[in-house]
Amino acid sequence: MKLSPMFVCGATLVAVWSLIALAAPLLATHDPYAIDFEALLAPPSADHWFGSDNVGRDTYSRVIYGSRLALYIGLLGVIAPMIIGMTIGLLAGYFGGWVDTIAMRVLDITVPFPFFVLVLSIVAVLGPGIENYFIALALVGWVGYARLARAEAIVLRSSEFVLAARTMGFSHPYILFRHVLPNAMSPVVVYMMTDVTLVILFGAALGFLGMGVSPPAAEWGVMIAEGQIYISSAWWISFFPGLAMVLIGVGFALMGDGLAKMLRIER
Amino acid sequence: MKILRFIVSRLLQSVPVLLGVSIVTFLLMVNTPGDPIRLLVGVRASDETIAIIRDRYGLDDPILSQYFTYLGNLVQGDLGASLRFKVPVSELVAQFYPVTLFLVVYSIVLILPPVILLSVWSAKRPNGPADQIIRIVGVIGLAMPVFWVGLLFARFFGVTLGLFPVSGFGTTIPEHFLHLFLPSLTTAIWVVPILTRNLRSALLDEMNRDYVTAGMSKGLGAPQVFRTHVFPNSLLPTLNLFAVIVAYLLGGSVIVETVYAVPGMGKLMVDSILARDYFVVQGATLVFALTTIVVMLAVDILSALIDPRINT
Repeated sequence: MKLSPMFVCGATLVAVWSLIALAAPLLATHDPYAIDFEALLAPPSADHWFGSDNVGRDTYSRVIYGSRLALYIGLLGVIAPMIIGMTIGLLAGYFGGWVDTIAMRVLDITVPFPFFVLVLSIVAVLGPGIENYFIALALVGWVGYARLARAEAIVLRSSEFVLAARTMGFSHPYILFRHVLPNAMSPVVVYMMTDVTLVILFGAALGFLGMGVSPPAAEWGVMIAEGQIYISSAWWISFFPGLAMVLIGVGFALMGDGLAKMLRIER
Repeated sequence: MKILRFIVSRLLQSVPVLLGVSIVTFLLMVNTPGDPIRLLVGVRASDETIAIIRDRYGLDDPILSQYFTYLGNLVQGDLGASLRFKVPVSELVAQFYPVTLFLVVYSIVLILPPVILLSVWSAKRPNGPADQIIRIVGVIGLAMPVFWVGLLFARFFGVTLGLFPVSGFGTTIPEHFLHLFLPSLTTAIWVVPILTRNLRSALLDEMNRDYVTAGMSKGLGAPQVFRTHVFPNSLLPTLNLFAVIVAYLLGGSVIVETVYAVPGMGKLMVDSILARDYFVVQGATLVFALTTIVVMLAVDILSALIDPRINT
């Protein structure tokens, strides 16, 4: 399989961010939580590379430490939706019948809700915080995975190797796990890459609205919100965390796109 | 006659979805912490008052009959009452909803020209330089946080250049257009890449059809085949995506309205969450879902009118 340049670019970006997250204490020039009244709203300089915020915290160090939260949210946030969605989708597609009917009706009901609105209202009821965001994602985010896995399972159900396995007397769970699941993986993995970008974006949006990670955490959405009132005088407080989000999001999205091309899922 | 039958059956199909949506919004409220009625009437209200209101919303009944009370109230247009404004939620919806609708329609108007231009451009030579650049710019557009773009736009176009107001909705229609320009543009940036990608692949699918080869071999030029055959045929799959796009726009409006302080449903919802005004949150969620359902219906009926194959 030929590596697509897009995949290489994306994977490099993601690898760099992972390194930054791991080596955050080495890379940061300041304590991300240290308040410094000598340097309030200081513009970018040799000491504060990305400037400092309204209580003198170093924006660069906060952006560096923020990568830990972003990766944590993005990578952990997609796991539960993927497992739930794949299980429901594979069972519905493979067995069909009433299992499929019920699953499809539930999917139909979730379609009209704007994804972010539903996540927001679930978090509103459960209370702010990352754990509740994860719960909301598990409740809502599985839909996309289920739809993909179901479509794959319907095709695989009547494929020759599955029929052969049936004739040889293998059980349904065995076939599902050993033959259907591995073959249904590729579109799901591609979708997961874009989903990581979205989960990071929505997590930061929750932080921005005051319903995600709570201040004073060095989380990018929270930081952008903190810089909002200073946007005309100290643009750097909001600008750099947002730029970091773009770079991490592009990384995962390019990886997904490149992978889709390599696996010939789309042109 | 056939089309009428299609419309009726399509309307009937949306009944279970509507019921499902009402179940979801109902379940949201069942789990709210604390007693919403106590919050509604305040701490000094007598127990009798609370008992009367609890009875009105059927909060002491078993959960199943609570749901039917909720559904009955919904059918009559009663979405509960706001704790903050002390008015029925339906009144708030009537006040805030048109603003969001304006924003969504405005965004769509801004979205369509670039989508058509970019997707045609990239489909003309798939994997050519233009296609690659459009694709990568699209990926960047997708990864940009809406609230961040909003802030930067407000700062640059609003403060530095002083071209547009950065908050509010204005009072006259020309003012609405001016006030909502930046919010609509911010929403558009996010949706343009998604739609472009879809229209592009629809165009590519159509370009590989037999009728294209037939047209070309009869001596029609490529531009002519593209204009009169490929493009119209590609619009239908994109039209079907429209409902999803409206859902995206509504979700985006929640963030964009907060950034630009636009008094629409999204801002109402966020403010109500922060104020623990749960009936409004529930009502807003329901209204968002209903909007998408209506758009889905409209798109399906429109597709059936355009493409006679659908309603057979």
